[in-house]
Amino acid sequence: MNNTTPASGHPKRDAIRDIRERLHNIPYAATLGIEPHFMGEEFTLVLPFRQSNIGNASLPALHGGGIGGFMEVCAIAQLILNNPGRDLPRPIGISIDYLRRGKPVDTYARAQVFKQGSRVANVRVRAWQDRFETPIAALSGHFLLGRETG
Amino acid sequence: MDMDERLKLFWEVGAAMIASTPHATELGIQFVAVGEGQATLSLPYSSGLVGDAKTRVLHGGAVTTLLDQACGLAAFTGFDTMGALATLSLRIDYQRAAKPDQTIIGTAECYKTTTHVAFLRALAHDGDESDPVATAQATFMSTGPRLSFEDAIKARMERAKRSKAGTRAP
Repeated sequence: MNNTTPASGHPKRDAIRDIRERLHNIPYAATLGIEPHFMGEEFTLVLPFRQSNIGNASLPALHGGGIGGFMEVCAIAQLILNNPGRDLPRPIGISIDYLRRGKPVDTYARAQVFKQGSRVANVRVRAWQDRFETPIAALSGHFLLGRETG
Repeated sequence: MDMDERLKLFWEVGAAMIASTPHATELGIQFVAVGEGQATLSLPYSSGLVGDAKTRVLHGGAVTTLLDQACGLAAFTGFDTMGALATLSLRIDYQRAAKPDQTIIGTAECYKTTTHVAFLRALAHDGDESDPVATAQATFMSTGPRLSFEDAIKARMERAKRSKAGTRAP
């Protein structure tokens, strides 16, 4: 899938390094504290718990907007992985469902590209905390793919 | 009930709500105005909110958070009782890229409430409301116990009398 870096015999490590470099071009991702990880073969983003991501201090709960932004970054990161050598994709329209309270712990997100065309991709993202089976939020959206950088 | 008292409460609670939300202050979201079922907030441009260092355009997530926060405040003032709220769904269409260095304004309108659900429309623009950066549609749900506004105002007055500070938000 990834053909932008020379093979080092550690494709997973290369992929992580690449995606980390690309995420550097997204200052918003650093503001939230987002980190890329591979769990087995699955590319996963982590939103480590930070007090600055809290939306309701008395519950407490993570900010819904922050969780939404985290899932948007996840969709974009997955599209970067699938389409190396293109500018960053941009969201066209997204729809977020909030399913459970975001507890003040680490949050994970994983994206699946449902359909990829030449210009537009449809992506679904799941965000969860303690168990993958009990997601706290889900996103589906269309993204405009970036131009080929050659 | 006295409309002025209710609006006064909205302005106090609205400003305090934004100031006491860590993630809103982290991004730099500011309270602008609030009315019956309406709220306006602003998000000044900052380099930490950029989604693409090459174009310096704000990340969609920053706009998402501004609109979510504005919808939450509009839902708060849209219900006829007071209590905690949670976002159920948020749909955002990004009409165009936000211009670098421009402050984004987010306005939300709660056009319908049932006992537990609020329905909202929202819009984000960077100076010209007729040329929005994004439009949104949201639903919020009330969670936990609810308090009537009359009781909230009464409690606030009693607190003010007791502390003599007078301006503390409930």
